[in-house]
Amino acid sequence: MAQAEATAQGHASAQGHASAQGHASAQGHASAQGQQHPIKVYLVVWGWLFVLSTMSYMVDYFHLEGYLRWSLILTFMLLKAGLIVAVFMHMAWERLTLVYAILVPPLAVLVFVTIMAVESDYTVFTRHLFLSTGQM
Amino acid sequence: MQEHASTPQPPAAAAAAPLLPGWRGFSAEWSSDQRAFKKTPWHKAMMWIFLLSDTFIFSCFLLSYMTVRMSSVEPWPNASEVFALEIGGTSVPLILIAIMTFVLISSSGTMAMAVNCGYRRDRKKTAILLLATAALGATFVGMQAFEWTKLIHEGVRPWGNPWGAPQFGSTFFMITGFHGTHVTIGVIFLIIVARKVWRGDYDHERRGFFTSRKGNYEHVEAMGLYWHFVDLVWVFIFAFFYLW
Repeated sequence: MAQAEATAQGHASAQGHASAQGHASAQGHASAQGQQHPIKVYLVVWGWLFVLSTMSYMVDYFHLEGYLRWSLILTFMLLKAGLIVAVFMHMAWERLTLVYAILVPPLAVLVFVTIMAVESDYTVFTRHLFLSTGQM
Repeated sequence: MQEHASTPQPPAAAAAAPLLPGWRGFSAEWSSDQRAFKKTPWHKAMMWIFLLSDTFIFSCFLLSYMTVRMSSVEPWPNASEVFALEIGGTSVPLILIAIMTFVLISSSGTMAMAVNCGYRRDRKKTAILLLATAALGATFVGMQAFEWTKLIHEGVRPWGNPWGAPQFGSTFFMITGFHGTHVTIGVIFLIIVARKVWRGDYDHERRGFFTSRKGNYEHVEAMGLYWHFVDLVWVFIFAFFYLW
């Protein structure tokens, strides 16, 4: 729902903002690009963030374990992060030029995660080896 | 050619050449002369780039945490028990962290409202919402100070703790400490911005005391970006450090 609204407003933004904020031109062009969205969008996202946080707390409260626990934690985390970035930080309404400049570089972190996970596996392997034999 | 290099305000250039939608716009803007972010206010683009760099800093902290936790041969302390609180005689797991999460989310909500009211030029509401955000942020830092005190009394140090892998303490203090510092700086700037809004600086384009740039309500949005980012980082810390 928020996504549909986002694209609808994105297309209208070029002309819509200019005319809607024409009255502000006495103060210059300051607000020509201002992000104007209904308060309701923020309240809905706020509510969802509360629900998702409660659900991720419940994962711990009910002692879920293993892959179920990890997948639920990651799901709720990504949903919350997505809502914050898309709506609160207005990424859904920004131009692609800015969106990709900001959201693509952090993907490099995933490569780093993979490298360090492999490295940690090796480290813990050598540690077990050392501790079980007493020498390398 | 239509974009005048000497024109500092993007709207003037935008009026000369309407921006293309979608991918065509993306490639046109990235291959254009002088500046790629045509309609994005300068301080907003720069705030985003700062936040991108901050993303890498926090990523490195969480990555080091992952590395030491995965490579530890000693058991990792159970966060659910470490951060439990006694309430009415029963031990409630992770309750303080849950409350801190809700406080920070609420502060993000009031911040979003403040940005919205700012663009509506509702000076009074904007200032009140900014101060509410600052108050919630200060509450968060206070609860974090309480948490640190409790853990230090229980014997958690950067080099060891009573429950298991010694790296628990160093990663805990580093990650939450750096995040708490961000919140604290945010609270200070929220109060400064609230004062400017209250005084009408952004209505009269009063120049900033430090940068001497004309003030406008986009400053509130840039402030909001920083604050939401602090909340965003907490989402990841909450998931990886406290829940995992």
